[in-house]
Amino acid sequence: DLDVTPIDPDVNTVDKALNSPEAMAQALSKVYAGFAVTGNVGPAGSGDVAGVDEGESSYWRLWFVAQEFPTDEAVNGWGDKDLPTLSQVSWTADNSFTRAFYYRSLYQVTLANEFIRQAAAYGTEYADTDRQVGEARFLRALAYYHALDMFGNKLPNIEEDKGVGAWLPQPWGQSERGPELFDFIESELMAAIEVLPAAAEAFVGQANKDAAKMTLAKLYLNHAVYRGQEDVAYYQKGKTMVDEVIANGSFDLMDADDVAGTDAYSPYEFNFLADNHTSNEIIFAISQDGNYSRTYGGTTFIVNAATGANKDNMGGGAWYGTRTTKALVNLFEADDARALWFTDGHNLEITDQSLFTEGYAVTKFKNMKRDGSKGDNASSEFVDTDVPVYRLADAYLMAAELDIRINGSVSATSLDMVNELRTRAGVGAVTSIDLDFILDERARELYWEAHRRTDLIRFGKFTGGDYVWPLKGNSLPDGGSISAHYELMPIPPSDLNANPNLSQNAGY
Amino acid sequence: HSWAQERAVSGTVLDETGSPLPGVSVVVKGTTKGAATDFDGRFQLLLNNGEDVLTISYIGYTSKDITVGNQTSLSISLSPDADQLEEVVVIGYGSVKKDDLTGSVQSVTAADFNQGAITSPQELVNGKMPGVQIVNGGGSPGAAATIRIRGGSSLSASNDPLIIIDGVPVSNEGVAGMRNPLNTINPNDIETFTVLKDASATAIYGSRASAGVIIITTKKGSKGGLQINYAGNVSVSTPTQFVDVLDADKYREVLVAQKPAVEGLMGDASTNWQEEIYQNAISTDHNVSVAGNIADVLPVRASIGYNNSEGVLRGDNLQRTTATLNLNPKLFDDHLKVDASVKFSNIQNTFANQGAIGAAAAMDPTQPIKNENGEYFSWTNPDGSPINIAPANPVALLNQRTDVSAGNRVIANAQLDYKFHFLPELRANLNVATDRIMSEGETVTSPEAMFNVESLGKGLRTEYTSEKSNDLLDFYLQYAKEFGESRFDIMGGYSYQHFYTENTGREFLGDEAERGVYVDRYENYLVSFFGRANYSLKDRYMVTVTLRNDGSSRFAPENRWGLFPSAALAWNIKKEGFLAGSETISALKFRAGYGVTGQQDIFDNYPYFGKYTRGNEFATYTFVDPATGQIMTPMVDPNTGRNVPYLSLRPEAYNKDLKWEEATTYNVGIDYGFYDDRITGSLEAYYKQNTDLLNTVDIPVGSNFNNRVISNIGSMEARGVEFSINTKLVNNGDLFWDLGFNVAVQDNQITQLTQVESETYLGVETGDIAGGTGNRVQIHTVGHPAYSFFVYEQVYDNEGNPIENMFVDRNEDGKINDFDKYHFNQSAPQVLMGINTSVSYKNWEFSASGRANFGNAVYNNMAALNGHYNDFETSGQFLGNINANALETNFNTEILLSDYYVQDASFFRMDNIMVGYNVKSLFGDSINARVYGTVNNAFVISNYEGIDPEIFGGIDNSFYPRPRTFMLGVNVSF
Repeated sequence: DLDVTPIDPDVNTVDKALNSPEAMAQALSKVYAGFAVTGNVGPAGSGDVAGVDEGESSYWRLWFVAQEFPTDEAVNGWGDKDLPTLSQVSWTADNSFTRAFYYRSLYQVTLANEFIRQAAAYGTEYADTDRQVGEARFLRALAYYHALDMFGNKLPNIEEDKGVGAWLPQPWGQSERGPELFDFIESELMAAIEVLPAAAEAFVGQANKDAAKMTLAKLYLNHAVYRGQEDVAYYQKGKTMVDEVIANGSFDLMDADDVAGTDAYSPYEFNFLADNHTSNEIIFAISQDGNYSRTYGGTTFIVNAATGANKDNMGGGAWYGTRTTKALVNLFEADDARALWFTDGHNLEITDQSLFTEGYAVTKFKNMKRDGSKGDNASSEFVDTDVPVYRLADAYLMAAELDIRINGSVSATSLDMVNELRTRAGVGAVTSIDLDFILDERARELYWEAHRRTDLIRFGKFTGGDYVWPLKGNSLPDGGSISAHYELMPIPPSDLNANPNLSQNAGY
Repeated sequence: HSWAQERAVSGTVLDETGSPLPGVSVVVKGTTKGAATDFDGRFQLLLNNGEDVLTISYIGYTSKDITVGNQTSLSISLSPDADQLEEVVVIGYGSVKKDDLTGSVQSVTAADFNQGAITSPQELVNGKMPGVQIVNGGGSPGAAATIRIRGGSSLSASNDPLIIIDGVPVSNEGVAGMRNPLNTINPNDIETFTVLKDASATAIYGSRASAGVIIITTKKGSKGGLQINYAGNVSVSTPTQFVDVLDADKYREVLVAQKPAVEGLMGDASTNWQEEIYQNAISTDHNVSVAGNIADVLPVRASIGYNNSEGVLRGDNLQRTTATLNLNPKLFDDHLKVDASVKFSNIQNTFANQGAIGAAAAMDPTQPIKNENGEYFSWTNPDGSPINIAPANPVALLNQRTDVSAGNRVIANAQLDYKFHFLPELRANLNVATDRIMSEGETVTSPEAMFNVESLGKGLRTEYTSEKSNDLLDFYLQYAKEFGESRFDIMGGYSYQHFYTENTGREFLGDEAERGVYVDRYENYLVSFFGRANYSLKDRYMVTVTLRNDGSSRFAPENRWGLFPSAALAWNIKKEGFLAGSETISALKFRAGYGVTGQQDIFDNYPYFGKYTRGNEFATYTFVDPATGQIMTPMVDPNTGRNVPYLSLRPEAYNKDLKWEEATTYNVGIDYGFYDDRITGSLEAYYKQNTDLLNTVDIPVGSNFNNRVISNIGSMEARGVEFSINTKLVNNGDLFWDLGFNVAVQDNQITQLTQVESETYLGVETGDIAGGTGNRVQIHTVGHPAYSFFVYEQVYDNEGNPIENMFVDRNEDGKINDFDKYHFNQSAPQVLMGINTSVSYKNWEFSASGRANFGNAVYNNMAALNGHYNDFETSGQFLGNINANALETNFNTEILLSDYYVQDASFFRMDNIMVGYNVKSLFGDSINARVYGTVNNAFVISNYEGIDPEIFGGIDNSFYPRPRTFMLGVNVSF
């Protein structure tokens, strides 16, 4: 009697659970779901990550919060524990959000490892297993890439063949900036490209060859930060990847040709709407669905937290919290169609972090469809807008930046592509560009798409006092200098305590 | 002063099965003074000096003379044969003579229960026993209470004591739709409430005994003729205190001064939202019982009870119907004793929406309940849609959502005790029992409800069911024998118990198909072997040894079995020659015990092996076909039958090494009596060490499927001293005055929390508060008590007012951050006191009881959350009320983590005051009646500024206020 097995229809031991191709697809689906929702019950109730409010444990919510709040692009005024210090760039070692992203991203690695192990045990006879393992390897590399960007090269190496048990992972490398984790991610992505479907054959929301190439290109573009030293060969590899993505032909910039008579928004905005799965400009998206994928994270967080009095025009719930700063707003020329602000009742100047009406509200991400109707969830609380992880516009700007970093100047092809973006936005074409222009243009084109912190670090403008913005260094109204150690987030003390093999990043 | 030479003695006469004997003659030897026991077997007598021997007689039983000596409250067992009269105490798997008791056991019988409007059993004994803390969950009728014996000493596993009802250990797990599983037992049916505190008493229950054991026995059939008793009462409860927020006039004045920009949002009404949601609640309780002996062979007791209790929150209601039947026959020349009982209860709950409590404190008082269209006022966007972050209309919350449940519970058991014909010293005891609970409930939100954006215009209905069963089989053999001055009593047995739970739920949004369907099923088994040996020499020296071996299905085979030993000895010093003649000291016994107990209740039935769990249809990942734009729905949801995206399969974290948490307890005690037991009591001290704590700890990331896993890591220790004294201050023919007092001083400390010791590790934050998300005000840290508050130290100006957002830089690094927080006070009381008194004069009686706690603090979450001016408005779109504390602090912004809000919550509460009148010999001798009135929760004395200082866990957030209750009751027996 004391040897029990689960009697719940929804719970099984692994041998009983993974008994069919459909079950393998369900297990792989969990690895994807870990990027889109927060647990087994939507919107909350059975979270994957412990020690954090479940809504706050969403992968993209945490990634967005880390990439945007400490920059000129976003400020949040809620009293959530440890949230204000992100906007102030004054966090300490045990910050709840950096800790939660550490656990969320490495949970994704652990999940992918499990899928790869069990596919070898239970999936060998099924037709799709090789491709599924490739998807899991891509998703693992993506999570590791984001974790590398935030925490550096001393992250724990969660070995694929070690299962569950009392073992202590070793760090990837002994230095914060180094080659070990970088090399692993690179080789994994190279391997995944071989088995992933081409973008044209993949579902929206599914991993594809170009998603892997874009991740490689990002890795190469930022290699000097991650590895601690610059090597032009990596820029060249990155350019090759970006060129392959652009040359693919599967992707197409949303522009005037794509506009139908029923469209209520500009082509740029098609990428950030509830039906953005129709945008051919998006290379890889994390699916979001207000009915099937309910979460308080992802785009639900991005849209709702940016919504206040303009609720009816945003299509989601109104959570009143996130705004942008004058530093971003002032980067735009007049009439730039990408400057999507709601300003009624708002001041541009921020004097008090907690006041929602200080700083403009951002209306770029909406739960509205192209025809002006709202997303499908009845309460409008849960947003349908997919997370655009990589867009063709990003590839264009990366191509131009890589040109300059390789040759010192931009090629005519890349310049044309940059001007395509500007023309779409209704601002004038440029004839010559440099790195500073690239950084500003990336902010104008890609703000709130969770690239900003990485970009500012690559350009050497995140820390120090050369470039400041409101709340940087907890200073208002203009911002102040911060210490260089903030370029890396802290390893959570909870894991340092649990695993004596690990060590803290400098400065924490 | 001749009156001082008189004393009262009361008692209960039981037969050898422990059933009360009514109609027993109790006469003071050598006089005509005497009494007869009532149908509950109780009597009360006044003894003059020199009157020390009572003759107890009853047909069919051997008359006995008993020397009262130093005792004032007797439990006397009559036997049909020549057995000794004895005062017995219930213990695990049996009972012992009180004189032979070696462990720390405290018992309260029906005669001494608290009186008043009591709907849940635990309220009967609150304040009566030192070291037993009972905190009810608030003013809702029948609300669950938290019971802590000696403070509890586990961090992540359960700290609830094991509760045993008529030999059936019951599950402490909550039941959907039931406020408190314990209140399925009608307090009127309870005969004794016994608490086993130290490990030498509890170790016989092994792995479930770490948090103490409570044994409840119900009233049984009796020997005499049929007696009928009616007890009924009616009570009125009134709310005593509201959260201190601004009234409409003050609101207008302060808002205009502080936030002139939004004064245009104010309305013209003056609404006291808290007065609108509370009411005076009326409750009634009726009980009829019949007890007697059918055809002289079948002692029986049957009872029916009905309770209808309203809560002070409008719409809150509990209706309970109970029925019990106890059969206690004896067969085969009394060699086979049968105790069979069935306890049935039906509970109908109507839950008021407690969201109204917080909303009433946050809602703008200048707004009307309903607007001119007759619709509930609600904050809206320009298009008329509700602003869902604005406070909801509290009256709408109550009226536009219904929440009802109904549940049935049956506890049935049959206990057969057979005394072998060829060897009467040997007994075999078999107990077979089942406990079944079935409940279902439904919540309906009206389509008009503006407070639920999703269901607006559609309505939302949620249904759930819960089914639990607990099946038990116990068997033991007991051998008792006297050899000269030695007495042995050896017992050994086996126990099997199976717990099963099934919960289901689903919801319906408007006319749409059902959704959110779930079915949860789980079970666990416990198999045990146990034994006990008692040895007593010359009635002076007693030794008890117990051993239990528990096997739980919750752990892997290697760790499954746990051995829990205990040993205790007692020395009855009074019986030694040098004290036997003492007139001052009437009783003196020394006890010492040691024991190991365990804890396995970790709220997870399968924690040691890997599992995959299927997610629900709202937590899927969608693939979209780019050609059609359609979401792919490749599988059928087994719970709903609908086509859905792949329901994800999640590997769950587990710990194959999980095992018992262990507690080692040392206990010493002295039981004393002075002046013929006019003063009695006991003094105890204990030390308890918990090791291998079942604790949810951070584990190395990547080594499991969660970053926190339940593990056996950590240790803590607890120590305490308990003292009780009961005195008979006055005792003459007409006037009696008893006074009792008890006090417990307790303290705990965490001694280990992590596998690897770390000086930089602060500990595990706990104590979630309202305000932002993820904010916590308590922490478990090595070297500090569990649940210590952990906050910033507030800086004050010269006038003693707190300065907004200014805290002491305790580590002097020039920055204020997490490292400046400090341990400040704790939520558990360090000193607990109980005091009770009763006075009777002729037919009048009066009693009162109260409790005091010291050294406990409460975080005033209501003041921290709403006590600042920015809380008037968040967005310029709506207004909210603020806590009046803002007028003292003048804070503009929300300051959550300041020690300013951690307030001393020491208190004295007058729990019960009772006045009664006994009408004796109504209509001849056949009818006795008693009329009485009580006040429960009469008053509280405390410096705490929030609504109530007694909040378990120490965080005061939207607490359902405890009402003051006035009750009028009557008892009639004939």
